[in-house]
Amino acid sequence: MTTYLSFLGPLAPRSTIALARLGVIAALIALIVFGALRYDNFLSSYNALSFLRYNSMFALIALGMALVIMTGGIDLSVGGTAAMASVVAAIFSPYHWAAGLAGGLAAGLVVGIINGVVITRLKIQPFIATLAAMLAAYGTGLLLAGNQSVSVSYDSGFTEIGQGDFLGFPIPAWIALAFYIAGWIALERHPVGRRVLAIGDGEATAKLMGLKVEKTLMGVYITSGLCAGMAGVILAAQFGAGQPTEGVGWELFAIASVVVGGTLLTGGVGSIGATLAGALLLAMVFNILNFENGLGWISLSAYWQSVIRGLFLLAVVILQAKIAGARANG
Amino acid sequence: MLLSMKAIDKSFSGVRVLNAASLEVEPGEVMALVGQNGAGKSTMIKILTGAYSRDAGSVTFQGREVHFSSTADSQSAGIATIYQEINLAPNRTVAENIFLAREPRTAFGLVDRRKMRAEARAVLKRFNLDIDVERPLENFGAATRQMVAIARGVTQNAKLVIMDEATSSLDEREVAVLFETVRTLKRDGVATIFISHRLDELYAICDRVTVMRDGRTVAVSAMKDIKKLELVRTMLGKELTAFTAAQRNREEADGATLVEAKNLSAGVRVRDVSLAIGKGEIAGLAGLLGSGRTETARLIYAADRRDGGTLSVGGRQTAYAQPADAIADGIGFVSEDRKVEGIVPEMSVRENLTLAILPRLQKSGIVDRARQQEIVERYIKALGVKCASPEQPIRELSGGNQQKVLLARWLCMNPRLLIVDEPTRGIDVGAKAEILKLLRGLADEGLSVLMISSELEELIAAADHVTVLSDGRSVARIPAAELSEERLMVAMAHQDGEAA
Repeated sequence: MTTYLSFLGPLAPRSTIALARLGVIAALIALIVFGALRYDNFLSSYNALSFLRYNSMFALIALGMALVIMTGGIDLSVGGTAAMASVVAAIFSPYHWAAGLAGGLAAGLVVGIINGVVITRLKIQPFIATLAAMLAAYGTGLLLAGNQSVSVSYDSGFTEIGQGDFLGFPIPAWIALAFYIAGWIALERHPVGRRVLAIGDGEATAKLMGLKVEKTLMGVYITSGLCAGMAGVILAAQFGAGQPTEGVGWELFAIASVVVGGTLLTGGVGSIGATLAGALLLAMVFNILNFENGLGWISLSAYWQSVIRGLFLLAVVILQAKIAGARANG
Repeated sequence: MLLSMKAIDKSFSGVRVLNAASLEVEPGEVMALVGQNGAGKSTMIKILTGAYSRDAGSVTFQGREVHFSSTADSQSAGIATIYQEINLAPNRTVAENIFLAREPRTAFGLVDRRKMRAEARAVLKRFNLDIDVERPLENFGAATRQMVAIARGVTQNAKLVIMDEATSSLDEREVAVLFETVRTLKRDGVATIFISHRLDELYAICDRVTVMRDGRTVAVSAMKDIKKLELVRTMLGKELTAFTAAQRNREEADGATLVEAKNLSAGVRVRDVSLAIGKGEIAGLAGLLGSGRTETARLIYAADRRDGGTLSVGGRQTAYAQPADAIADGIGFVSEDRKVEGIVPEMSVRENLTLAILPRLQKSGIVDRARQQEIVERYIKALGVKCASPEQPIRELSGGNQQKVLLARWLCMNPRLLIVDEPTRGIDVGAKAEILKLLRGLADEGLSVLMISSELEELIAAADHVTVLSDGRSVARIPAAELSEERLMVAMAHQDGEAA
């Protein structure tokens, strides 16, 4: 019987996406090796720790963005949300460090809920809904801050969230790590992860299979809002001020990290670990550019860095399209 | 009685689509539900599954009156639906697809992956399907996916499985496997409602048949008590004279060959295909799914690049670089997938019909509306397209009429060769015969047609000769006089002594 059914067997080899994910990790290692050989101090604990401290924020918003993109959506509001959250956190920081933390997270939660409601109840395209939320979040942040940065309290211990260490590692890195572990468990081991990916595979189908699509999407946008809120708290704590004008372009950095991590922009396929690798890879490119500047042979302005970032992303997306094409023909 | 739907009424914006319709299914029986497009089959099914609500009538399932408000509702009550477009998540694994939303959990509330795998294997084993349940579903063919969908239903303790055109994308071998699954379900006391346009399948698997027409249930009969012609007659509600054949009333071909393809090859799908199409001939192209039928057509049309072989059209060697070159040389291609590659649903019949010829209708860069109108009216009349007006959005037309508009789109380009891929897929019996007759009429006027079809009876009825492909090679060319289902199937299976 089995032999007569053999023609029903698999048509294609195991996902080439998995190979692409290994590629990201290989590229990350290659860049680290390259940096270590080329620059003094590249592997110094100072560089390593400040690298982790600074980039934890970006890793966090990439995590939320990854979950959103896996459902086939997009969240453009993360940068604005982070900026607003940093202001709210700064305003609440004098009362207690936890008040600052809670305030920032609450700000992210509110934006996430609004995004979720607008997208699932009012059936507005995520692109439009979160674009509106981005503008509103920036505006709210500027209003609350009175159009300037808001200094945080240095007495309540709030700044420890951004500047402190625990067991020799920066607290922001621990926070990001905790979020990523929770995200990994949710996506890979908890039923909700199957739901997220199935929705990205096809929303109508997911509904026909009896999945609670709207509830899941709601949760995903709230998670993205919370991640952005947490990034905002770290931003305020690290730089000692709520920064209503920060966060511009963060959503693009997050999308880039997610895409580099092999998550398909069309949804349905994605990995938490590879998202982290993608975020670290992009950050590493910058780190190397900074060192290259430091050598003094070339001088790359921030503008040039932006151009290089764009080209890098384009290369990755082209690669992804090729892989998807190979899969379709496989 | 497992299911009893009685006196069901349903209207959409004043138009009555169901009129006291009924449907009854016994436990463990396979009930065929047939009717032309628009007879009310799918509305009936949607009311049963809770996708629509009924205006009047009663639905009793397992002895209780039910009012399902969503498909999730009816699923948990024990009704599983398998659609033609398989409603599963292609990127998720087989096991995940079977258990999505009902995953076995560990004590911590996480997915118990070991248990999920084991249970998935166990349920597939019941259907004699031994596959790697950890692979994404998209790695498997249509039949496997459908069986996974059924397995999903079975693990939900389905008492009734609805197969809505589930076989239309399967080849004969895969259909056989699916039928084996239906029989397994039957042995377990699970009933099946089986909807298919392929009448032979009904006779192969169904116990009884319910025939619907114009929103009413017009006949219920044991399958063995109703002859095929009688069944078709009941469906159409009129004397049917010529379903079996679009008559060949044309003189023997004058012998002029229009298209000659020799040893075409491309990748693994097309290895060595030769075929010839005479002027004014309908050439059939048969083969199992995956035998390279569509791929061969795409090579001729230059939608794909060929690795080897020669192609001559009208006596000249050709090397089209892209479909536009093939079109310019008088070749038209009506794709198998009307929805994806054919119609633009929101556009009107007029716009859809003239999409390809638009560049030729321009006068100093502006579409000549008068000429466009004239062409549209001519073809609507010639092909008998039933539409309220040329401005009606094409999505509102039935499948058969959409297909006619697509044919018209190419015909107004005055092609020499028209390639039609599964021209009657998903079209009801009456419209099917009409499309075939139409193609025959066109051939009689000198058009050459290359017709790809999975329906053997259709090839036998319409083709002047059939080239049979097997595993990317042309293995037989059977002239009309020798065509029979037996002969075609033997060739498709490509067994001893059947090599070309």
